[in-house]
Amino acid sequence: MDNKPERMDRTSGMGMGIGSSLQRKEDDRFLHGKGRYVADMRLPGMLEMAFLRSPLAHAKIRSTAKPANTEGTVFLAGDLEGVSGIRAVSGLPGFRPSTQPILAFDKVRHVGEPIAVCLAETRAMAEDLVDRVDVTFDALPAVHDMTRARDADAALLHEDWDENVFLESAVDINFEAAIADADVVVSRSLQTARQCMAPIEGRGVLAVWDRNLEILTLHSATQMPHIVRTGLADCLGMDHGKIRVIAPDVGGGFGYKGILLAEEVCAAFLAMKFDRPIRWVEDRREHLTAGANCREHQYEITGYANADGELLAVDCSAIVDSGAYSSYPFSACLEAAQVASILPGPYIMRGYRCKTWSVATNKPPILPFRGVARTGVCFAMEVLLDAIARELKLSPKAIRQKNLVQPQQMPFTNITNKFFDSGDYPEALRRAAAAIDIDGIRDQQKAQTGRTRIGVGLSIFCEQGAHGTSVYHGWGIPMVPGFEQATARLTPDGGLELRVGVHSHGQGLETTLAQIANTEIGIDTDKIKLVHGDTAYTPYSTGTWGSRCIVMAGGAVGNACASLGERIRKIAGHLLQADPDTIVLEGGMARAGNSMVSVEEVARTWYLKPQLLPDDVDPRGLDVVEGYKTVKDTGTFSYACHAVKVEVDLDLGHVRLLDYVIVEDAGVMINPMIVDGQVYGGAVQGIGTALFEEMPFDSSGQPMASTLADYHLPLASDIPKIRIEHMETPSPLSRFGQKGIGESGAIGPPAAIANAVNDALSELGAEVHAVPITPERVRAAIYAAEGRASSTAGAVS
Amino acid sequence: MKSVAFSYAPAHEIGDAQAALGHDGIKLVSGGQSLGPMLNLRLVRPSGLVDVSGVEALRQVVETDGAVRYGAAITHAEIEDGLVPDATGHWLRYAASRIAYRAVRNRGTLGGSLAHADPAADWVIVMTTLYATALVHRPGVGEVRIPMEDFVTGAFRTALGPQDVLAAIEVPRPGKTASWGYWKYTHQEGEFAKASAAVFVDSDTTRCRIAVGALGRQPVLLREPDSVISGAVSPSQALGDALPDMSAADLRLHAIALAKALEQRS
Repeated sequence: MDNKPERMDRTSGMGMGIGSSLQRKEDDRFLHGKGRYVADMRLPGMLEMAFLRSPLAHAKIRSTAKPANTEGTVFLAGDLEGVSGIRAVSGLPGFRPSTQPILAFDKVRHVGEPIAVCLAETRAMAEDLVDRVDVTFDALPAVHDMTRARDADAALLHEDWDENVFLESAVDINFEAAIADADVVVSRSLQTARQCMAPIEGRGVLAVWDRNLEILTLHSATQMPHIVRTGLADCLGMDHGKIRVIAPDVGGGFGYKGILLAEEVCAAFLAMKFDRPIRWVEDRREHLTAGANCREHQYEITGYANADGELLAVDCSAIVDSGAYSSYPFSACLEAAQVASILPGPYIMRGYRCKTWSVATNKPPILPFRGVARTGVCFAMEVLLDAIARELKLSPKAIRQKNLVQPQQMPFTNITNKFFDSGDYPEALRRAAAAIDIDGIRDQQKAQTGRTRIGVGLSIFCEQGAHGTSVYHGWGIPMVPGFEQATARLTPDGGLELRVGVHSHGQGLETTLAQIANTEIGIDTDKIKLVHGDTAYTPYSTGTWGSRCIVMAGGAVGNACASLGERIRKIAGHLLQADPDTIVLEGGMARAGNSMVSVEEVARTWYLKPQLLPDDVDPRGLDVVEGYKTVKDTGTFSYACHAVKVEVDLDLGHVRLLDYVIVEDAGVMINPMIVDGQVYGGAVQGIGTALFEEMPFDSSGQPMASTLADYHLPLASDIPKIRIEHMETPSPLSRFGQKGIGESGAIGPPAAIANAVNDALSELGAEVHAVPITPERVRAAIYAAEGRASSTAGAVS
Repeated sequence: MKSVAFSYAPAHEIGDAQAALGHDGIKLVSGGQSLGPMLNLRLVRPSGLVDVSGVEALRQVVETDGAVRYGAAITHAEIEDGLVPDATGHWLRYAASRIAYRAVRNRGTLGGSLAHADPAADWVIVMTTLYATALVHRPGVGEVRIPMEDFVTGAFRTALGPQDVLAAIEVPRPGKTASWGYWKYTHQEGEFAKASAAVFVDSDTTRCRIAVGALGRQPVLLREPDSVISGAVSPSQALGDALPDMSAADLRLHAIALAKALEQRS
């Protein structure tokens, strides 16, 4: 089936505005290898950094010794004069703060933690120096298992804490009263593995001291240049005005580049100390063994339901393995805060109870990966629902239909006070079930022989995106997003420059923001240039994360262009001797009835021929900064239903994806082709979570997948043709009815695939309870079920 | 990570390589598909590499009535693409086509793979089952013939002496009625096998072998392959006898590999 979105053209008449599947403006650069990344940058006199990283997960540093005759090339913590460690302190009561040293000095808390930094002309030579730095340790027991981190005899990561917990939280909404009449109680113990985020480009930093301007310029592969600038200023004790952060082309973020790095602080410090450009390019081994991780959750979850499938209440205890430090700016607690508040999702229930622990372990810190905790809670909730359905002999579709929020209830406030802005969840479910052909699969299942079984699985979830001040303040995050600004500047040739503080690294914002501007003021998207990723040029922004850009930056661009449009119309009105309010901007022209003047002529007049302007001219010009605030800051709720058909090999435990359907509601799509791209890419990462990706640690805290031969990413050969269907329910909260969609694809796959595998295994009485669903896990589930069956058989005979 | 500094020199004759191996810290490199990553991870830190991939003697393929002798520097891709004759008809081409990814096959060599002796490598089990012989140049002795089952002595261990060079692999031509099955399990395309098995039956020569691979050691040759082929002994029984220390779960997986290899035999 052909999923190509129809070309829609609502506004501009030129097929470039909102709703058009315009080819991406950035494609020429990205697809022809013309991008410029940190690893492409070379400056005269540049030195490369390499880090001596801890080989142990938990140890006291007994001694450090620099090699002889290496003055000015090897640096330990004591050499970083005036530099402070990284702190990200949650605003929630009971939070135990950590300080992440730039270079470890008294102890190390995870494998890969930097201890020394070495400078040389080449990376290889810098690594030779690293080999010669001598450090001795007194090893301490490693906290490697999040479920044991709170044990009384667990070693303490941070000696001034009383237990290895950043924060615990508890919420109880009408729980006891709700469960009184429950007919069934179903519990499951579920886990999601620790992952590495694996963007194609890792992190990279190039710091340069500019002697003329007395400004430190940090080129960094980051999603949030303004936040890096703020964090860097704090660590270095510098004025913001002396720091400029540039995010050049960035090869994928996914959350991995939403962190202030010790490596960034080191590069900045050394560039200023030696007045030489200093660069560090993360390699894949550093990414896998030293960089921040994500996703590792453990759930003890219980559902209470009536015999007809009505969900009464959910009770959950969740542990998030937050690693050794609270990373800046998202802190160690965002993940658990999301678990507690997002777990109920689009389901109606009477009671809810949830306890969470963000525990500290001897692993790298965690970061919010695409989907953040939504992927984990969707997995927990949806696997639980299927377990209840099996217990009650209901179909997975029926139990969801029974409990989903209905369209006539919109807007809807759920049990955790989440405000669902719009949508028809049951319709998404109906369409996904029809497209995957559940009824046909049930028929096929009856005729199965041999050693393979097929199964079908569903998952349905919401993606809160572009949520703002009240939500993040409530979650205690030290960086609270506010409102968004954009600059719209008409150039003297009638082109448009847009400047935004977010950064585009695969989201297609150079195109979609131009489409929004085109809709507002009719300038050809080819003549629109997006300036982004540079603190010197753009308004302050918390950056690109949380599915916020198309709503927040899109809203700001819309407002800025609207204001610019008013000014253009005013000048055009004078030139045409027409009422500005009657002037329409489209196709690069300002029209009043049958008379028209080009926007280019308006611009030339303003910049170069002001003698033609009237006395009451508006002197503010054609350069506008405007801000944007959503109607409510509770976020847009895009949502989707994923449906997957799998085949499980009962001998090998191998899971093959036979078919995959996503019914997705992104609200008004600014560019349907880019929405599809976001959903495809996210879904592939979600399939990675579901089937392949896992960073295991041994009992001494050693990461066990240190190359891509051991850390398994999804491959093209693992991915079926994913079929996407769109619904398009406008959000009442955003400027154009658009909803954030960037993370959605990565949320649904683990739940849908686990449910499909469990459906296939149901005749054996086997279930998987952890992702990734590796052949080993499937075989273990089958063997365990066989063991139960044979012991039962033995008891009977 | 970047490798330590090392010298690099191409060898022109087998003798160049043997002479170089007389110096400390010198390693031979051929396709570099295993050695390359190990260098970059600094797991190996040679003082120098001698590249044998262009040595003319190692690039030759010699056909005789009873066998084909493949120079050690023949690449997997050359076998896959049929650019060299296949002693077995098409079995070698198929086995080559399943090695890792095409990019690896383009540079990786038959001799390099066998000398590296990864327990899960395709050629290690395939060549053992096909009664292949390693032809080794040993200084002062000349060419030494080592049957493949004696050439690979353990995980990443071979019978190669300090200055030995693996020159060629001789694969006997099977008889007209010979049959063959090879099956390996990988979770994803291109991975090393998690379990593998190969079956070879040649009534013309009364040769018969069943090998099980990806065991973390050299392939295990079953003692009584005929009884497994006839069905008198089941794959799991045969493996249980051959590998008494293996866990029940691992045994099951390898028994499945063997059953699949038997099924595929044609």
